[in-house]
Amino acid sequence: MSTTYLATEASNLAVEASGFFLENVWIIPAIMAASFVVILGFGKRMPRGGSEVGIAAVAVCFVLALLTAGQWIGQVNEAAACTPETCDYIVDEHHDAEADADEHHDAEADADEHHDAEADADEHHDAEADADEHHDEEGAFQVDTGVGSSDGESASALTAFTEAEEGSTAAAAKAVVSERTWWSNGGINFTVGTMVDGLTVTLLVVVTLVSLLVHIYSTDYVAGDRRFTHYFGFLSLFTAAMLFFVTSANVLQMIVGWELVGVCSFALIGHWWEEQPNSDAALKAFLTNRVGDIGLLIGMIVLFFASDEKWGIIEINAGAIEGTTSHTLLLIASLCLLAAVMSKSGQFFLHTWLPDAMAGPTPVSALIHAATMVVAGVYLIARLYGVFFHGLSIGGSSINALAVIGAVTTLVGASLAFVQDDIKKVLAYSTISQLGYMTLALGVGAWTAAVFHLTTHALFKACLFLGAGSVSHAVHSFDMKKDMGGMRKFMPTTYKTFLIGSIALAGLPPLAGFWSKDEILAGTGGWGFFEGESHANGAYTIMLVMGMITAAMTAAYMTRVMYLTFFGEFRGGHHDDAHHGDPHESGPRILWPLRILAGLAVVAGLMNLPKGFLGLPSGWTLRFEHYVEPLAATGYFPKISHADPSWSLAIFSTLVVASAVGVAYYYYFVRVNAQSPSATELVNGPTERSRLLKAGHTMLKNRYYLDHIYDGGEPVGAAGANAMGTIFGAAAGLTLGFSLDNGLNQPFWPSVMWGVILGLTIFTIVTAALRTGMGIASVVKQPMANAANWVHENVIDAAVDEVGKNSVKTADALYKYIDQGVIDGSVNAAGRGSQGAGGELRRWSTGKVQQYATVMFAGATLLAGLLIIVI
Amino acid sequence: MYLVQFLILSSVLFCIGVYGVLARRNAVLVLMSIELILNAVNINLIAFGAFNGAAIPAEVFALFIIAVAAAEVGVGLALVLTIYRNSKNIDLHQVDLLKG
Amino acid sequence: MTATLATAETVVAQNVFFYLIAAVMVIAALRVVTTSNMVHAALYLVVVLAGVAAQFILLGAEFVGVTQVLVYIGAVIVLFLFGIMLTRAKVGAEDGLSHDNVVPAILTAVLLLLVMGFAVVDFAKAPWSDGTLVIDALDRAPTTVEQVSDSIFSTYIVAFEAISVLLLAALIGAIVVARKE
Repeated sequence: MSTTYLATEASNLAVEASGFFLENVWIIPAIMAASFVVILGFGKRMPRGGSEVGIAAVAVCFVLALLTAGQWIGQVNEAAACTPETCDYIVDEHHDAEADADEHHDAEADADEHHDAEADADEHHDAEADADEHHDEEGAFQVDTGVGSSDGESASALTAFTEAEEGSTAAAAKAVVSERTWWSNGGINFTVGTMVDGLTVTLLVVVTLVSLLVHIYSTDYVAGDRRFTHYFGFLSLFTAAMLFFVTSANVLQMIVGWELVGVCSFALIGHWWEEQPNSDAALKAFLTNRVGDIGLLIGMIVLFFASDEKWGIIEINAGAIEGTTSHTLLLIASLCLLAAVMSKSGQFFLHTWLPDAMAGPTPVSALIHAATMVVAGVYLIARLYGVFFHGLSIGGSSINALAVIGAVTTLVGASLAFVQDDIKKVLAYSTISQLGYMTLALGVGAWTAAVFHLTTHALFKACLFLGAGSVSHAVHSFDMKKDMGGMRKFMPTTYKTFLIGSIALAGLPPLAGFWSKDEILAGTGGWGFFEGESHANGAYTIMLVMGMITAAMTAAYMTRVMYLTFFGEFRGGHHDDAHHGDPHESGPRILWPLRILAGLAVVAGLMNLPKGFLGLPSGWTLRFEHYVEPLAATGYFPKISHADPSWSLAIFSTLVVASAVGVAYYYYFVRVNAQSPSATELVNGPTERSRLLKAGHTMLKNRYYLDHIYDGGEPVGAAGANAMGTIFGAAAGLTLGFSLDNGLNQPFWPSVMWGVILGLTIFTIVTAALRTGMGIASVVKQPMANAANWVHENVIDAAVDEVGKNSVKTADALYKYIDQGVIDGSVNAAGRGSQGAGGELRRWSTGKVQQYATVMFAGATLLAGLLIIVI
Repeated sequence: MYLVQFLILSSVLFCIGVYGVLARRNAVLVLMSIELILNAVNINLIAFGAFNGAAIPAEVFALFIIAVAAAEVGVGLALVLTIYRNSKNIDLHQVDLLKG
Repeated sequence: MTATLATAETVVAQNVFFYLIAAVMVIAALRVVTTSNMVHAALYLVVVLAGVAAQFILLGAEFVGVTQVLVYIGAVIVLFLFGIMLTRAKVGAEDGLSHDNVVPAILTAVLLLLVMGFAVVDFAKAPWSDGTLVIDALDRAPTTVEQVSDSIFSTYIVAFEAISVLLLAALIGAIVVARKE
């Protein structure tokens, strides 16, 4: 049975949640930070190189995270069971006084909150009166038809949507915020503190769980590594930073956490920095992320001023939802933040660092570049959803920048995953694709689906990465075509867990991936287009189609990976490893994390069974949504609607996935295998018979030439790079134009024109920034190096001669000595580092006092000038 | 008279002094340039004092600055003499004991 | 010196004197930092310092102006001349008083001037300012020595004592540093 229910005044009720763990959640990141310090300081003298400290700390954190989650669930239940007689409702100050508990049955729907939908509200109100008496803790789901847009058409389209849960007067549990004032300046209080709600505890549990398993796995995987202690130190720091990030109560803290995880990612990608590609990859990741960080900073600053000089996440969201924040500023801020998301979460067209980041140790790839850090961008959107929802007019339109970026990313990632020979690169592109899925989900208003997919993806992708690591541990390579094949005979457990992870990723029922993927597909609301009615927040039919194609491609490339890795005939063994005969199964410290993750990948989907699934009572379904999604009554979360689960859609998507698996199975398991058990591709296969397919294959092999656009290198060349850049910029601009059109209700064509201009400008800047950065990193040298040289020779020669001459060397020295020296951490290493740095820096030390004075004066002048201009 | 004209004069003197400090090789000339800087500051101080009616404190502090400047010149010249005695030279370009 | 002197003619005369003295000061200061004769540099410094004293008097700070003449022109310049002599500078022009490459110093100084000039203009345009910022030095009597000494020996007595100790320390320090072993 499906009825339409509009939460009226009852939804304005929120209950303060409290609890020891909820209020003192800072302990969790603090433990990890302490662990980092201890490992760095004393790790080398410990019998197990500090790994025992890290594991103990993260295990404690995991337990604490579970306790926090338990307390949160308790709070939600308590709030849901609330009646006006039994508990004190906190009337949310963000809403009007109609939120009087005693009158909630007869009061009229508060039309002020809805921008335009009075008529609908009445209709809903009637429906609510009809809603039956089943007292249900399912909570007050809201249908908001306004969603910040005054576009009447979309509003009426949306009302057709139904989200049915029996009417209840349940109150929402407010997020637990505990803050201290850090310092205050000019009347603005800068606070530090924690904010805990469903989203936070989800991330807490996911991060600590995956981190714990990765810690255990790593004790075997990097055993004997020369920087074993560093490795564990940085794992601890990373975990601390991520936990700090997810528990932040204000956006300032989020920026700090965001940058900290970036630094840890940099350090761990470059863990084996002696090899040039690894350090290049680390730099690439870092620089690409810097591009996005500009967006992050600008976005946060815009948000700060737009929301009346507030830093708090709740205040910012509340301002956006109430409409007190300027809509234009919200749009600008959300587009800026989107740039940050694109770099951190590997979204097209800043995703190019993520595959290269696979240069790091595999457990790190599992933890950072699949399960946790890269979802920081998704988390950012989810956390500031009020801003994005209203800024981009999600739900008020059929297209927006977020959804487009997500959809394009998911397709690009999935198509590139096809042509990779390196098993980790396949998984990296798959991660990009799945992150695109999450962004897409957020872009179409399917918030819960996105967070749910984030959770399940973390589990099965970690499982896949660790499985790939286990295989490579045995064959000492990641190349599927050269060194793998037939591994299932040698590594049965790894094979089984990898198979489970693959099925989960492909999205076949009843494994975890299926439920979350399907929820996203349903959330696009696009299925209604085929059924003749509209669902959820709007009809994102294109997104549904793209998501469906991605699902098919995902299934196909995972089948390919399965064949190349585990089936056919073993093609490795040609390494001259004396100690290494046949590959063998990994040890228990590698296998147990795999088993646990695979087990979770099977059952995690049950967390959020669709409503009414197999006639299950409501206490069994939608648990995740119930506990994780904040209700609009809390004041910091927009009123979103939920798609109805659709049997027809689920069956259709399963058929699509199954047929994709079938096609890939036929190609690899039947055709290729028949040709020769050790073959990897068909001789005279389709790419050789069709010019078109060949061209497509070449383009995929070259990763859509994106990397070449950034570095201007072969085979594209500078001219080609610029041409491609123009096309991409124009495409990005079109998206932007659509956003402007929808977000600001501007005329269509001028918006698109401005969007294209803006897009080209932004793309040029981004490309130039990346080229510059990589030029410094001596990945690319030409144009910027020439310009720098000219400036150096003609402008600042005399003044900063030494500086100019030595800047490259200094950068080198900074990397070698600061980066590597400081990582080492022990007193010895610090001494060595400073000695070495001193050796480099002595070139600066001419002993000429006046030269020092010149630099000092010039610096002070520049700072003073900056101060004057800023103030 | 306008406050701004004094401020501009003092800025010009200050910058000339800075230039002297940075460009002169002879230590005594550097000390002279420092005197220029200190005097520029004093003009600023007195002009502001006269402008906003707090003339007395401004003058008192200007006097203090003059006293400190005198002390600075005394010690500075003593240092220059010592350097000269040790190296028969007060060319700052050649006094690079700080070189690492 | 009473308020009746603040007529239009006096104001014009004041401005004329200011710009005359300022021009002389700037030229002399430039010579201080560019001349190739050390003794000339010291003498040009005298001109600048005397100009500063004149500006003080224009601003009504007569005691400071007199002190400036006494301390700077009377004592400091003599010290400089002693310093020049004791370090056996050549009498007459001399090479190598400036660095070979003065471009960085010029750049720094010009940059500094731009920043400070911008700051001053910006300050003059501040919302609370009427855009003129007139110094009404003639509307009131110049400060007297009595007023200054009252202030020094009451409000600023601690600072005065500190300066005294500083001067003593500088005296002893200079002797210790400069004396032959």
